[in-house]
Amino acid sequence: MTMLSVENLNVWFGEGCDRVDAVIGATFAVEPGDSFGLVGESGSGKSTILRAVLGLVPDWSGKITVADKVLGKTREKSFYKTVQMVFQDPYASLHPRHSVDQVLGETLYLHGFRDIDTRVVKLLDDVGLGGKFRFRYPHQLSGGQRQRVAIARALAAEPEILLLDEPTSALDVSVQAEILNLLADLRTEHGLTYVMVSHDLSVVGHMCDRLAVMKDGEIVEVMNVDALRQSKAKHPYSQDLLRASV
Amino acid sequence: MTLLDVENLWVKFPSRHGAFDAVRGVSFTLGRERLGIVGESGSGKSMTGRAILRLIRPPGIVEADQISLEGRDLMKLSERDMREVRGQQISMVMQDPKFSLNPVMTIGDQIIEAYRLHNSTSKSKAYAKSIEMLEAVSIRGPERVMRAYPHEMSGGMGQRIMIAMMLIPNPQILIADEPTSALDVSVQRQVLSIMDKLVTDRGMGLIFISHDLNLVADFCDRVLIMYAGRIVEVCDADKLHEATHPYTRGLLNSLPRLDAPIDRLEVLKRDPAWSQTPSVSGRI
Repeated sequence: MTMLSVENLNVWFGEGCDRVDAVIGATFAVEPGDSFGLVGESGSGKSTILRAVLGLVPDWSGKITVADKVLGKTREKSFYKTVQMVFQDPYASLHPRHSVDQVLGETLYLHGFRDIDTRVVKLLDDVGLGGKFRFRYPHQLSGGQRQRVAIARALAAEPEILLLDEPTSALDVSVQAEILNLLADLRTEHGLTYVMVSHDLSVVGHMCDRLAVMKDGEIVEVMNVDALRQSKAKHPYSQDLLRASV
Repeated sequence: MTLLDVENLWVKFPSRHGAFDAVRGVSFTLGRERLGIVGESGSGKSMTGRAILRLIRPPGIVEADQISLEGRDLMKLSERDMREVRGQQISMVMQDPKFSLNPVMTIGDQIIEAYRLHNSTSKSKAYAKSIEMLEAVSIRGPERVMRAYPHEMSGGMGQRIMIAMMLIPNPQILIADEPTSALDVSVQRQVLSIMDKLVTDRGMGLIFISHDLNLVADFCDRVLIMYAGRIVEVCDADKLHEATHPYTRGLLNSLPRLDAPIDRLEVLKRDPAWSQTPSVSGRI
């Protein structure tokens, strides 16, 4: 069984002469419990793939399967119990006038849980925040703490796949280390599957087992992290990228 | 030779709970060199850069024994004289080109304005000079770019345009506040090498503010490491990896590395004593 597979995915925006092909013929598969990385420069379509999986782009073609179920044009409610996303900017992805308790409570309610009180406390413990952060507003939290809240919100539905869209690029290096450790711990604890987008090869190298290198909407190379570490990238673009990051 | 001498610089913001000190007694000198300032967000590195240009507005308070630019104390200048200094003698490249270029003016008009503000020349001469400057930051088709608006440019191009605009009055000092943080790794190197070339060719002093330790280690000559508004360590950039202060070590160890994989990244353990110890002087 593959947890997530994407076959010949095309995503485009606009029509006629305004048409932009953001993703062209992307194909990859992720096994359960694996961690898969997507790297490339901005505009290469890596985030768009995640958004297509989540159903956030209107026009796409190809075949996306999640846990052996083929996805249609619309997503069912149960889909969001399997797949959740953590967004790039923790400053933009939390409602400024909702407290942490409201953010998590509402999410839990919408996913049909009724023992919200105990679950909110447990979620906060899971992401290492603790109960004293429960009634704070986003402006009372630091960037790293906000990203922890965003991760807690994604975990609220008890998903199997977590899509991570540059989860640490807005954070300092010291905070980045904390968040990456947290994500690694959560993956082993909950048996999660990760698809992680980043432009930082060393972060992907640290977090993932396999990765795909993207350029101009196309996946130019899929390889193992071991091959990456030994500088065995085949495509000239991935070699360039590797040279720029070492 | 010393271009800039900063002595005992404080930046304070009054708040309901008493004054908040963003920068606490920082001293350093800048010669014709590339000086890096690194630290986490909130460590006061950007505030140091802005305070030199006196860009901090009330209620913020800047205090210093002296900020002297070739013997002139900037703290004592009038606002009018200060305007002469900004751009012409010291200029600054901000973090994100999206927010620092005027969205309703063409790029050409903005560069020409920057040039003519400090040089009284004809429009056509200023145009020629701007084209030359855009070529110097390796922008292809400068004539087209001159007619374009900022939203038509990519991030990397925008940042190169900002550098062109800041360097056209030929300042002695360039302050670059996280000039490449909004850019991709591949574009980052390109922008840095352009900046490096211009700075060395013109013999300018550069203050490079960044949170990226590896970048600073590669790019600068000397590095100041800031924590909680103070300088905790000063070292030569090529010896940054041998730094001794636990804070610098912590920052270095928290970076994931491609060539040396580890299971868990080291997390920085903050010692309250770091913010108590007085600032290390970065003066030569």
